[in-house]
Amino acid sequence: MRALPRRRSRDEASGAWYPRWYWPGFALPGTLWMLVLFLLPFYVVVSIAFGTVDPVFQSPLPVYEPWWWTKRYLVEEWNFATGEFRPVELRTIVYVLLATAICLVIAYAVAYYVARFGGKRKMLYLALLIAPFFISYLMRMLSWVELLQPNGYVNSVLSFLHITPHPINWLDGVPFTVVMGLVYGYIPYMILPLYGFLDRIDQSHLEAGRDLGANRFWTFVRVTLPLSKPGILASLVIVTLPMFGDYYTNNLLSGSPKTTMFGNLLDNSMEATGQGPEAAILVLFLVVFLMIPMLYYMRETAKAQRNQ
Amino acid sequence: MSGAVRELPPVDRRGKGPGPAASSRSTRTPLGWWRNPWRRPRILASVTWLYLAWSLLPVLIAIGISFNDGRSNSVWQGFSTQWWWGHPESDPTGALFVSPELHAALIQSLRLSFLTMFIAVPIGVAFAIGISRWRGPAPAGANFLMLFSFVIPEIIIGISMFLFFTYLLKFVHLGTGAQLLALVTYQVSFPVIIVRARMLSIGREYEEAATDLGASPTQAIRRVLLPLLYPAILVSFVLVFADTIDDFITVRYLSGGASTEPLSVKIYNFSRGTLTPAINAAATFLLFSTLVIAVLGVFLYRRITRGQRGQTEEMTGYLS
Repeated sequence: MRALPRRRSRDEASGAWYPRWYWPGFALPGTLWMLVLFLLPFYVVVSIAFGTVDPVFQSPLPVYEPWWWTKRYLVEEWNFATGEFRPVELRTIVYVLLATAICLVIAYAVAYYVARFGGKRKMLYLALLIAPFFISYLMRMLSWVELLQPNGYVNSVLSFLHITPHPINWLDGVPFTVVMGLVYGYIPYMILPLYGFLDRIDQSHLEAGRDLGANRFWTFVRVTLPLSKPGILASLVIVTLPMFGDYYTNNLLSGSPKTTMFGNLLDNSMEATGQGPEAAILVLFLVVFLMIPMLYYMRETAKAQRNQ
Repeated sequence: MSGAVRELPPVDRRGKGPGPAASSRSTRTPLGWWRNPWRRPRILASVTWLYLAWSLLPVLIAIGISFNDGRSNSVWQGFSTQWWWGHPESDPTGALFVSPELHAALIQSLRLSFLTMFIAVPIGVAFAIGISRWRGPAPAGANFLMLFSFVIPEIIIGISMFLFFTYLLKFVHLGTGAQLLALVTYQVSFPVIIVRARMLSIGREYEEAATDLGASPTQAIRRVLLPLLYPAILVSFVLVFADTIDDFITVRYLSGGASTEPLSVKIYNFSRGTLTPAINAAATFLLFSTLVIAVLGVFLYRRITRGQRGQTEEMTGYLS
């Protein structure tokens, strides 16, 4: 019996022979770019965080050799983070979680409606849902800044309906305004991925759920919700992680120390000179914090792919 | 047998009165309406329309305000184009197309967006093609980097780039060069995610058919795979342009002076101080230029996908 020639790879089996470097070659420019301009800058951040400070100018002196690293400024900043900055961090977490929850409820309802009941108007709905992607974030925030001015249209409507006796100063450190601004800013990025997953759910699954005796509520909980879980996870990652570094929404809609978020700490550390390695250390803290949900997400998607 | 079945006319009961399950109860009462399984999803419909109004009306009002006659940003005072083209009696430095500062910023915005678009999209598309076929642990790591750069707050990229160009790569001066490098780094993940989603839905069959019919690998990619990817590539171009021209977070730290600040950064700086309708005019201009690119994209998309069924996964297939 003659031995079949050993196949070296699946590509060979399909008729064409690809050199070993063929596919890596395509990915090479992007990989190099990310290594040099994404990973290396982050190494600079770490070197500054573990580095020293110029005694005269108070500017950071990065230390690139790990064996010369010092924890001194990191520990100092950690004490700030667990002491003076704690209210800011708690506030950030509360605002972000609140805004994410509101986003999820509204976005799920809208995505569900368009995916299941969009019918002939589906393309119109999709165009309107995609529209915010093409409107600059600044423009969208700016329009609220103008509506919420003391003499703006929101206050005129409220006083016209006799809901409030005098105009409310919405833009002076009102937590409601900031959370609403976060919801308004990020919700389009949640609706589209959710729609993508909900649209792929086969209607026959829902019918099967109803035929097997589940009512509307239980069909939703036992069939639709589990099937859309990857979409929920993806949209949460897309929306929640960037919110933790948001400073501009807060700056535009409030600017008051009463609503300072972690992103504002980062931004302030960049605007003040002679702060030493503060900006780098805060970036490091944030990245380490965000790695946790990111790794959880990667693990969940890997698990879901294995189960398929 | 079959004739007996046909005697029953097909009835679409959706939204038309009680179905058999609800026939004993009245649908006129709120409880009966709620229990009727054939009722229309009025609550969801109103949530959707309220959301759409809430998301788009404020922007329409802001666009209107850019044509305001007075200095107010919050109250309509009559129509004029003085914040766009200036007015003989008003201060000419306040108008978008007249003020030298705003005009220079506008040019800088367009320059950065076009350059970023033409650098980031080819790199991203090639990366997506390579990563989908290249097996092993290395592509998984590279892909994680891409995804991570997509979801981390932009301020992190801005600050780390600023520190990178200030302390290590000192020959890259803050200004257009640094802005461009940072923007491409942030934007390159868009085409990667969009094109990868498309590649997953295409599968390998077309390419394999091409190579079986005698095409070399490069021919298979150029003549079979790339044409299939054109819609996704087009969407990437539009999205990268739209996102770059609006970007102010990364770019703000890397401007190195007022002369290289694009319009978006100017808008951000102004909107924290005194607002005039010129800011609205600037923001409307950004919106308008994005719309031009989007319409161009839709036009090309139509031409390319003639005869194919509409695909929406390019827009919605994030991270899937």
